[in-house]
Amino acid sequence: MKDISVSINKVDNVAKISGSESYVADLRIDDMYHAKTFRGTIVKGKIAKIVYPDLPEDYFIIDANDIPGKNYVKMIFEDFPVFAKDMISYYGEPICLVIGKDKQKILDIMDKINVVYEEEEPTFEFEDSVVHFDFKKGEPIYKVSQSLQSVKYTYQTGYQEHVYIEPQGMIGMIDDNKVSLIGSIQCPYYVKNAVLQVLGIDPENEDKSKTKVRVKQTTAGGAFGGKEEFPSLLACQLAVAVQKTGKTISLIYERMEDMEFSTKRHPAKITLEALVTEAGDIRQVNAEVSIDGGAYIGLSGVVLQRAMLAASGAYAFDNMTVTGDVFRTNTVPTGAFRGFGAPQMIFAVEMFIQHIAKALDLDPLEFRKSYLAKQGDTTSTSGNFSEMIIMPEMIKKAMAISDYEKKVEDYKVLNNHTKSIEIKDSELSKESGLSYKNGKSEIGFGKNEVYKGIGMSWFLHGCGFTGSGEQKHIKAVVRLRKNVDNTVTILIASVDMGQGVKTTMRKLVANELDIPMDRVILDNPDTDLVPDSGPTVASRTMMIVGGLVLEAAKSLKEEWIDDQEQLIETQYKQPEYIKWDDEKLRGDAYPAYSWGVNVVEVEVSKVTLQVNLVGVWSVYDIGKAIDERIIIGQGDGGILQGIGYGMLEVMNHKNGRIMQKTVTDYIIPTAKDSVFMETHLMDNPFALGPYGAKGAGELTLIGGAPAVALAIENAIGKIVTKIPVTPEYIMELMENDKD
Amino acid sequence: MTKIKFLLNDEKVEYVGDLSRRLLDVLREDYNLVGPKEGCGEGECGACAILFNDDIVNSCLLPMSHVSDSSIVTIEGYSHTKRYEAVEAAYEKHGAVQCGFCTPGMILATESLLNKNPQPTEEEIRDGLSGNLCRCTGYNMIVSAILDVSRREDGLW
Repeated sequence: MKDISVSINKVDNVAKISGSESYVADLRIDDMYHAKTFRGTIVKGKIAKIVYPDLPEDYFIIDANDIPGKNYVKMIFEDFPVFAKDMISYYGEPICLVIGKDKQKILDIMDKINVVYEEEEPTFEFEDSVVHFDFKKGEPIYKVSQSLQSVKYTYQTGYQEHVYIEPQGMIGMIDDNKVSLIGSIQCPYYVKNAVLQVLGIDPENEDKSKTKVRVKQTTAGGAFGGKEEFPSLLACQLAVAVQKTGKTISLIYERMEDMEFSTKRHPAKITLEALVTEAGDIRQVNAEVSIDGGAYIGLSGVVLQRAMLAASGAYAFDNMTVTGDVFRTNTVPTGAFRGFGAPQMIFAVEMFIQHIAKALDLDPLEFRKSYLAKQGDTTSTSGNFSEMIIMPEMIKKAMAISDYEKKVEDYKVLNNHTKSIEIKDSELSKESGLSYKNGKSEIGFGKNEVYKGIGMSWFLHGCGFTGSGEQKHIKAVVRLRKNVDNTVTILIASVDMGQGVKTTMRKLVANELDIPMDRVILDNPDTDLVPDSGPTVASRTMMIVGGLVLEAAKSLKEEWIDDQEQLIETQYKQPEYIKWDDEKLRGDAYPAYSWGVNVVEVEVSKVTLQVNLVGVWSVYDIGKAIDERIIIGQGDGGILQGIGYGMLEVMNHKNGRIMQKTVTDYIIPTAKDSVFMETHLMDNPFALGPYGAKGAGELTLIGGAPAVALAIENAIGKIVTKIPVTPEYIMELMENDKD
Repeated sequence: MTKIKFLLNDEKVEYVGDLSRRLLDVLREDYNLVGPKEGCGEGECGACAILFNDDIVNSCLLPMSHVSDSSIVTIEGYSHTKRYEAVEAAYEKHGAVQCGFCTPGMILATESLLNKNPQPTEEEIRDGLSGNLCRCTGYNMIVSAILDVSRREDGLW
């Protein structure tokens, strides 16, 4: 057997490169109707009256009154209406679908819908806490004695929009007497269960051999969490519409509608306080986390938990208090986004540990190292880091390949004395090897017109659902069917959204059974054909679902009978060592953690304060890569999203209305913003993962923002507490300092 | 109704209809060429890119009135060329494809770039791709693929 990590060409490459891959908007179905969402135009208030115009023949309006079941999109917390009925809680909340064949006529009808509102005073501040959690670790003290010094900072993060290049889209139809939905989704069974509830069908009583709702995934043109829970909204609206009209209806968002009204990453405000002894040791860390849930809670509570559980980052502190709140505001609901609360917290923690060292006038690197979590240490929730942690080795590697230490020292001198030592500057540049292969330094700003900086982030990410989620809620089931022709079909609900599931799952099975890849079949999931192996989220797909697939392949290998159909089923069982208390948020929050080190180097123009990326170096411990090149691709793409989040991607609202509605206004990195990156994967197999694999998808995003923010901090010599670190914010920091 | 003629993937075609329609819609709806994708509808993302007289152009910005007497090549047409084969192999080798939604546009941007500049530098490649957004890959594997294919010495470009 070959080393599983050795890269192969992805199975869907050719279809995608040649343009023949079919995405939801590419489907050509006869007699298709189009739907458009009619939305509220106030931020908060009552709907006093809706007057619909007379409809031309073959045009339909579907609203809350048409819903046979519950008017909520089934998520973790049920408060997100499918259609607004009496109340509007954010600008653009859906009121109804207008359906017909001619898009212009649909728009004309929408123009004639008259809604009478009674407006109310909206809230945009963190005032209305709708979810609260707190937990403590060790023996925290609540009254600070004089012998302890308090170091305290508040960190803020903004919205982040997914900008999957394929906008949200779904098609609904009646097919074989079933309500069928096909669309760009991450979680076929989330969609199915949401639709069942809206149609008033009890999922427990659904006859499995005669299903009433069927959900199929079309190849997703990017998702990043944005197609986790949000597509359920489109599906619920369409399901009601197709059930009532019997028509085949497509609901495809345009970019502006998508950017303005789909979910985004939660803006957060995180206050961290360290209580430091006279000897300079951290006695205790207190964390207060506030996230903006927008108008509806949805899954914000779980995002908050992820953020809170990451409160000690890659470190271990003996004593902690951690509190968190989801605040309801009259803004677009926030939701799942790669990292799920961790990017906000890891940004805060990574800045904070540096800021404590600065406040205490200690060497930041040594200070950080002394708190780095080790095997046997306890997590923020007093669980165990039971696996081997190889961060010291990874940090050493990252520092060596990026020449980190030398650059930190060089840039201190360079940035502080540039004007007076121009000659030395160029000498220094030569010494520190500043002409990079990637060419940024040469083509960027003139050498003396820039501040240079380098930053390093250390981080971890819990793999799989938080706490007992996998065991209690998901209960993943996976099947392998050996067909009569001796091919093997993988039956799972996991989707390929670009991360390579189709390739890696087939590779696992082919490798284990020692058969060629083309004897293994894995299609886009269809709930009528595949069991519920859970959603494609939480960096769980390879570790949890892949683990079950491999287990099934091993059984099949033992039981293999030529030319006969065989069905193998495996179900997730939580490892016995995991102890978790849902109420107290105490114990082992995750079965395993993946780890990472990112180093980012930047130049900041002294004239425009624009930041250019110069270099990116990463080292990851994801256990074992099932395909190395796929993981490097996750690495490149993930960190660029993280760096965009940290320095580029500005989204805000004005009185509840999103200001950046197009990709012209909301800037994501282009090919010119990116640089060649060096990424190393460590071999540190996780005993319970398939071939040792842990999670990878989210990990690669969460270190980007702190690394780039620390690099900018190193360049400008100011304390950065907010992302994105835009030129405007840098100017503010520079100006403040003059006072 | 006005009639216009143009070359679509090297075949002469006649279009009779509204000249204010976007080429993207005509390609997708009338000719069933769905390789060009709608990502933003405002000429920013490049997912709908096609070759317009060998130049890379966003078909969402092109009204049919401008298409008269021009040559339009979509990914469907380009994918039958020798050059395409080389680009495809390089994209495969370097892992340049993830979700694939931007890929047809990227492939045509690659062709347009190499057609004008067969031996581009890294910086010229990044410039050449700057009108095509990708949210998955971080671009580098795409840049590497183009660097690689441009270093072939068989005079394809």
